Formats: sequence, C-alpha cells, structure tokens
Amino acid sequence: MSRTLVVAGHGMVAHRLVEALRSDDVDGTWRVVVFGEETRPAYDRVVLTSYVDTWDADALVLPGAEYAGDELVDLVLGDPVESIDRDAKRVTTRSGRVQDYDALVLATGSRPFVPPVEGKDLPGVFVYRTIEDLDDIRAAVERARQRRGRPAAAVVGGGLLGLEAAKALRDMGLSPHVVEMAPRLMPLQVDDGGGGLLNRLITDLDVTVHTGTSTSAIAQDGDRLQARLGNGTELDVDLLVFSAGVRPRDDLGRQAGLELGERGGVLTDETCRTSDPDIFAVGECASVAGRVYGLVAPGYSMAEVAAATLLGREASFPGADTSTKLKLMGVDVASFGDAHAATEGSLEVVFNDAVNGSYKKLVVSDDATTLLGGVLVGDASEYNLLRSLVGGELPADPAALIGPAGGGGDAVGVEALSDDAQICSCNAVTKGAINAAIHDDGCDSVGAIKSCTRAGTSCGSCVPMLGKLLAAGGIEQSTALCEHFTQSRAELFEIVRATRITTFSELIAKHGTGTGCAVCKPAVASILATLGNGHVLGGEQATLQDTNDRFLANMQRNGTYSVVPRVPGGEITPDKLIVLGEVAKEFGLYTKITGGQRVDLFGATVDQLPQIWRRLVDAGFESGHAYGKALRTVKSCVGTTWCRYGQQDSVGLAVELELRYRGLRSPHKLKSGVSGCQRECAEARSKDFGIIATEHGWNLYVGGNGGAVPRHADLLVSGVDTDELVRIIDRFLMFYVRTADRLQRTAAWLDELDGGLDHLYAVVVEDSLGICDELEAAMAEHVANYEDEWKGVLEDPEKLARFTSFVNAPGAPDPTIAFETERDQPVPVMLGVPEVVSR
Amino acid sequence: MTVLSDDRSAGAETWTPVCRVEQIPVGGGVAALLDDGVQVAVLRTDDGELHGLSNIDPFSGAAVLARGIVGDIGGVPVVASPIYKQNFDLRTGRCLDDPDVGIATYPVRVVDGTVHVGVR
Ligand SMILES: Cc1cc2nc3c(=O)[nH]c(=O)nc-3n(C[C@H](O)[C@H](O)[C@H](O)COP(=O)(O)OP(=O)(O)OC[C@H]3O[C@@H](n4cnc5c(N)ncnc54)[C@H](O)[C@@H]3O)c2cc1C
Ligand code: SF4
Repeated sequence: MSRTLVVAGHGMVAHRLVEALRSDDVDGTWRVVVFGEETRPAYDRVVLTSYVDTWDADALVLPGAEYAGDELVDLVLGDPVESIDRDAKRVTTRSGRVQDYDALVLATGSRPFVPPVEGKDLPGVFVYRTIEDLDDIRAAVERARQRRGRPAAAVVGGGLLGLEAAKALRDMGLSPHVVEMAPRLMPLQVDDGGGGLLNRLITDLDVTVHTGTSTSAIAQDGDRLQARLGNGTELDVDLLVFSAGVRPRDDLGRQAGLELGERGGVLTDETCRTSDPDIFAVGECASVAGRVYGLVAPGYSMAEVAAATLLGREASFPGADTSTKLKLMGVDVASFGDAHAATEGSLEVVFNDAVNGSYKKLVVSDDATTLLGGVLVGDASEYNLLRSLVGGELPADPAALIGPAGGGGDAVGVEALSDDAQICSCNAVTKGAINAAIHDDGCDSVGAIKSCTRAGTSCGSCVPMLGKLLAAGGIEQSTALCEHFTQSRAELFEIVRATRITTFSELIAKHGTGTGCAVCKPAVASILATLGNGHVLGGEQATLQDTNDRFLANMQRNGTYSVVPRVPGGEITPDKLIVLGEVAKEFGLYTKITGGQRVDLFGATVDQLPQIWRRLVDAGFESGHAYGKALRTVKSCVGTTWCRYGQQDSVGLAVELELRYRGLRSPHKLKSGVSGCQRECAEARSKDFGIIATEHGWNLYVGGNGGAVPRHADLLVSGVDTDELVRIIDRFLMFYVRTADRLQRTAAWLDELDGGLDHLYAVVVEDSLGICDELEAAMAEHVANYEDEWKGVLEDPEKLARFTSFVNAPGAPDPTIAFETERDQPVPVMLGVPEVVSR
Repeated sequence: MTVLSDDRSAGAETWTPVCRVEQIPVGGGVAALLDDGVQVAVLRTDDGELHGLSNIDPFSGAAVLARGIVGDIGGVPVVASPIYKQNFDLRTGRCLDDPDVGIATYPVRVVDGTVHVGVR
C-alpha cells in the first residue's frame, strides 16, 4: 500500500520536489497529491520578466510540470489548501475537498511585500509575482495608452525584483521611475561603489531612479495616480507596481500551530521537517534553521533534501550560497560570498573603471590569502570562477584577478579550484562531481556532462568551465572533420578564407591527407560556395556535392527527385500557382504543400529535371534550395496587410529577407519565419532566426529548432527597425557560417558557443571582436553575387549533359523506377531487386 | 590516360562500349544500361582509375550508386551511397559499414579512349 503525500503549492520548488521524489521512488511507495493555487502548472518564475517579450506563457513552462502519464501524481490546480487538521492528518481546500495525508509538504512560496502606504489598494496599483500580475499590468498599460499615448509608471523597490519590474515596463515601451528607500539600487547585493555605477547605467536606459526616499502616499487623480515620495517629489503616473521584496506565505503553518521562524517562514530543521514530524516545508515559505531564502537554488536543494528524507534516506540542507548574478536591462550585476565585507578584519580590493562602466570588488581575509566574497557591476564575466574560489586559498594576487589585464578567467585555471568548489550554482554541482562524471562515468563531452550531472542546464554560464574541466582531465574533444582533415570545419573555413584556395584538390593536398570522402567533400564544397567560388556544379566542385546538391534537387527513396521552386515568404500569384499545377500534370508529379509554405513536386527523374526547370524558370521561378545546406524559406503570416492583430508588415519583411539570404551556403539548413504579432502564427521561434513584430518594431530570436530536439529561439534584440534588424541578421548568419561545425544547426551551435547568448550578443550587437564590418561586407558580397543556380545549369550545355540516367543511352527511362496511384496521385513502387552478394 | 585492365577483366565474355573516358567526372561516376537491363555504375577515382559496380544500392533498392561521392576510407577507394551513405569498396563491392553486404563488380577497360564494361 502506498502512502499519500500532499503538497500545498505548485511553484518551482514544489515541482522539483515531486520530480525528485518520483524519479527516486522506483517502487512507488508514495502517491502524491498536489494542490496549487495558481491555475497553471509550475512555471519558471525566475524568467517571469521575459514573458513580456512574447506574451506566450508556454515559453515559461517547466518541463514535465503536468506529470502527464504518471498515475501516482494528482495535480489539482486553482484549488489552494485552506486549512490543516494535524490530528486527523488531513487538509481541506478552498473548493471543500478533503484530503488525508501521511506526509504534507508546504511549498507555498512568498507573497509580494506591500508596505502599508495610503492608497496601496487603489486600482492601477499592482504587484509583480505571477503571469496574471503581468497580464494585469499589460492591460493597464494598454488602457492608459489608449487614453493618452505614452503612459507613465513607477516601481516601488530598487532591489532585484524592483529592477525586474522596471525592465518589464521598459520592454512594454515605458520609461519607468524606480523608488528605492536605501541609498543605492540593489542594496542587498552591491555596495555603494557598485550601486553608484549601477545607478548610472540604469539611468542611461531611460529609467528615472529615486534613491534614499520612500513612497509616502498614493492618491487617485482622475484616471491617473499621484505618488508622493518622502523627499517631497510628486510623480504623476498611470500605474504603480510594488516590487519591494517578499514575505514567506506561512499562514497555513501559523494557523495549524506550527513553529515559525523569527523573521517569518515555517520553521524547519536541516531535513526541512517542521515542528510536526509529518509536515515539511520547502522553498521560500520555509525558515530552515531560522533562515529564509529568496532564491530558487536553495529552494531546489531543500526540495531534494525533503524528497530524500521522505524516502527514508539521510539528507540535510547544507546551507546555501546566496550569490547572485543577473543581467538587468543588459547590465551585469553579481555578488557572491561576503559581499559587504562583514567578516572581521576583512580587506577590500576595488577596481573601478568609470569609463568602461565596470566596477569590481573582492573581499579577502585579513592576511589576503583567502577570498571571502565580492561584487561585480557592468562586467560579471569572471563571476563563475571567482565565486567558486570563495573560501579557498587565492591562486594569485587579488588585484590580478580583477585588474584590466587578463582577468580571473585567464589569471587562474580550473585546476586551482578545490573539489568542493561549486561550478554550476543553479544545480549545485561541484567540481568533484563533474570530475567524477568525467573519469568514472566516462563523460567525454560537454553534452554528456550536462545530461549526467545537470551542470550547465539552467543558466548555462558555467558551460565554458565544463569544457575547461574536460581539457584539464586530459580529454581531448576531437574537432577533426574526418580522417582526411585534422582541422574542424571552422578552422578549414578560416584556412580557405585566408589562403584563397579555390579547389578541394588543392586544399586536401596542402592541408589534408588521402583523397577525401562523403564527409569532407560536401563540407568543403559548402565552404567554397559560401566564399563565392562560382556555380556549385562548376568544374571540380560538382563531384564534391552531396546527394541533393549534385543534381540541385532532393533525392527520394527510389532515386527520383523532388523539385521545390522558391516562393518568397509563401506569397504566390494565382498565375504562378497554375504553372506549378500544369508542370506537375505534364510530368506526372506528386504534389504536396510543404511546412515552409511552398509546393513540393515529387517523382522527377534525372532526365526530367532540366525540362521541368526550363518551364519553371520561364515562368519566373528560381531554385528554392530545398536540396542545399542553405537558406530554405522565410515563413510568414499575413501581418498588417490582412490580419486584424498585425503590428507590422510581416510578409513584406519575409520576402525581403528570403531574397536577401537565398542561396547562402551554410553548415546546415537555415530556416526563418516572421510573425506579425505575438500570436506567432508563423512559428518564428522554432526557426534558426525568427522575427516577431511588436508595436515598437521587430524582435529577433535566434537558435530555434523544430525536429527531434525542439528548441525555442532566444531573444537577441527587441524593438529594432528593419535596417538594424537586417544588419544584425547579416552579422549573426555570417558569424554562424564561419564558426559552426559541419551539420550543426544554429540551435546546437548556440548551445555549445562559449559564453552562449551573452557572447553572441557581445559579438554581433556590441561588436566585441571588432569583426562586424567584415561580417557585413561578406554578406553584402553574397547578396551582390547571388545568381539562380538552376538558370546557371540551363545556360550551360556541359552541366546540362550530366542530367541523364544512362551515359550510353540518353533518354532511356530507368527501368527500376515505377509508380502506382494512391489517393489520385503517383507514388513510388520499388522494383529494383537488390543484388546482394553475401560473403 | 591509364588503361585499367586488371585480372578481373580476364574472364569477361562480352564488352559493351559505354562512353568516352572524359565523360566520367574525376571523383564521380556515370550509369550505363546494359542489354539485359543490368545497370552498372562506372566510377572514376581521383588518380584516374575506373571501377564498375552494380548501380543498385542494396540498402534502398534504388539505382543510384553512380551518383555517389567517390573518395577513400583508410586508403580503400570507395563510393558512398547517396541514399543512406554506406561506403562500398570500389575494388570488391564489399560494404565497409556492414561486412555482410556486398554488391556485384564489373570489369572495366579503356580502348582508344572509349570505356567498355564487361559481363562474364
Ligand atoms: C520577477 C522575479 C525574478 C526572480 N529572479 C530570480 C533570480 O534571478 N534568481 C533566483 O534564484 N530567484 C529569482 N526569483 C525568486 C524565485 O522565483 C523564487 O525563489 C522561487 O520561485 C521560489 O519557489 P517556491 O516554489 O518556493 O515559490 P513560488 O514559486 O512562489 O510558488 C509557490 C506557489 O504556491 C502557491 N500557493 C501559495 N499558497 C498556497 C496554498 N495555500 N495552497 C496551494 N498553493 C499555494 C502560490 O500560488 C505559488 O504558485 C525571482 C522571482 C521573481 C518574482
Ligand atoms: S501572428 Fe499576429 S499578425 Fe500574424 S496572423 Fe497571427 S495574429 Fe495576425
């Protein structure tokens, strides 16, 4: 008989608890009933602010949070627990449902703290914690926008949560005020020096900062609000958001007579057990050994401790690292360890570069040998390394770690870290655990470490360190293209670019061995094509091309081909559509509409391809590159042209982009999409580069993928105009084309890129490598030299001559190809009896 | 031009002329249709050697090997099937990726610049 575990609350921590319990409880000793107050399953609250980018709640979904298919978990949403009867061991919910438990876990999180200010309950005053809060704020912004154009807003609270709220408002196109009682922003994380720089950087972003003053009253003023500050300032605003910290939701525990912590929260011991041995508390509602934590990582480790305890194993909460690193409106802020130099006798080393907007402080022990903590503002790239050094002996002079030359990443290596140094703070994975995965479990790649230890799977900032640990462990990650080239694709690209070699034979003679194979030949052909070496079937290049490129069509299972002409943006005239129908009829082709908004004609033999294309080219069609590792389509919705919701001309942009990037050869296929508004009908976020219109311009997302491993594209820039958008896509694509591995889609490339999205942003938006001019010039050259490949074949008798089934019998049909009819169309029948010689 | 006539051509009974040598691209191939409907892929390596193999890819049943990429794997001259990319030894027809599978080979010779395929 299994026992019943009741969980009150379904937030991030509750979800981790259920996940941990269910994955370890192989015998099913617990049945789990979860009651959540919110009407949706647990979602990623940490990235709540990104909801503004898409207004798509699905983007915040936590994987597996519905427990689909798990019969031992019952998830009841929109029905909070209202009371606990500890004697009867049962809970009662708002809807009146009564549920017995053998064990109960409280995971009710926090509520936003709203100071007792006059007018705090007026309409137009909001808090910032849930998706619904954001929907409400958005509605208020829209209403105010209709009344008076550009609404004004204020946020009360200049800490982490306040700045998150300010960012959300800014992303909605507002210039918010931020009111903070302390003398600086983010008072808990940064010191005065860092706060000063932060203030300046945030002010530059069109946010008005009021520090050292409180909000004393809010009054209704017509359909607006007037907020009076303690220093006498009066702010006229349309809405006001309280985001000034949180308080644990401990009311259930209080009402049931459980002991509470001094500063609130349901008091627990190190195993997360409350004063009632059958009741546990985890996450932000818990006060573990008297301490409440407002971050998700400690919550996760409580969830794991509680799950282990429930399964009869010994586990205890190790205390938590409250280090934080965030990027707020593009400004890096990090603090770790004893950031405020509270340790007796501690010394501070400060590096303050006002010109470049970077402030760094390290706190060290009185003998300057041990790192205790630190603050980084503006540039937090050394955060991971520095944080993992806390408590250990300093490997170098502290000034060298943060000074301008080198910086922590170069000054010390991963070797310097102790085994219990935490590499991945999101998932609490130590260097020791990662090394064990490398040496004992045979993990030989970053991907293997990720799936084995979970390190690097949340924010990803430790991924470069995983690579370094692999290297330190003597594991060479071979980047050789194949047995003929020891170089990676990116290295070969640079060689070809620098040496201007134009043929495969010269490249392999000078830089490789042997005669090449089906791996390196097409890869080099693609590089040569990207760098503009004439027609892909010209000269020696023809025999390098992979299956489909060889005949500029897609080979199907019976050796026939399919033909896909380009239909930019999916927009096609009736006349052209009729031509496609006529051609299909004349050549007996099977027709199907593709997912990329064009028409695919199947069943053409090698000999038919030029005849078919003659008709298509005459009617104004050109190659659609469905056969190539190249730009496929830019899918679009109808946008402002037709749609009632459209914000911009999505079809116009899709056509422009498709014509710009057509024919660009790349490491793998490239797909794109443009949606006219956040409803996302063109599914742009499943594309390599997807664009979504907002009322302020275009949002660009990169690295999306459908297929077997779907990935939502990440927001790279928002609210840009068309020129800026095109410039950034030019750079993005060229950077990808130059540096990706063979057959690596942008999604995998971005996942593996050292420094991830931040690095990509630095390179293609901030031009940190100084290569943007070069990337743009390369793209301009591509655009200027584009020619239709099929037209090129039709105009060249030598190329045309290769389109025959049999060299000794031109025109003779291939006897192995035959069709039958299915649903009124031809489909292949396999006749060719394979001549298998068994040996 | 190299004249390839190895031992395998010795027993051939009938020779069919198929094309001029220069019609076969280096590192590529052409398909020839013989009288009995047999299709032979005639493939040319980078150093100019010619090889004849059945044109039918045994894994898919499609007549496509003449359209594969010619190269080498560990020094063995091969053609890769364009359908599922298995490599076949040009000299023996053996599949490198699945040693239980092999395909027929055909002798090839060049006479006065014309390529002939032999059938035993
Ligand atoms: C904007 C924002 C940004 C943040 N950024 C970061 C960050 O960068 N890094 C970081 O570490 N943390 C961050 N946090 C904090 C992080 O989100 C929390 O630490 C984490 O969500 C806590 O998880 P939890 O499960 O304890 O609580 P919650 O996620 O709050 O979940 C508790 C759930 O329980 C429900 N509930 C409450 N009472 C009951 C009841 N009686 N019955 C049933 N259900 C109930 C609530 O409705 C809620 O859904 C951020 C938070 C916000 C709001
Ligand atoms: S994405 Fe928006 S604009 Fe485009 S069709 Fe859908 S609703 Fe309309």
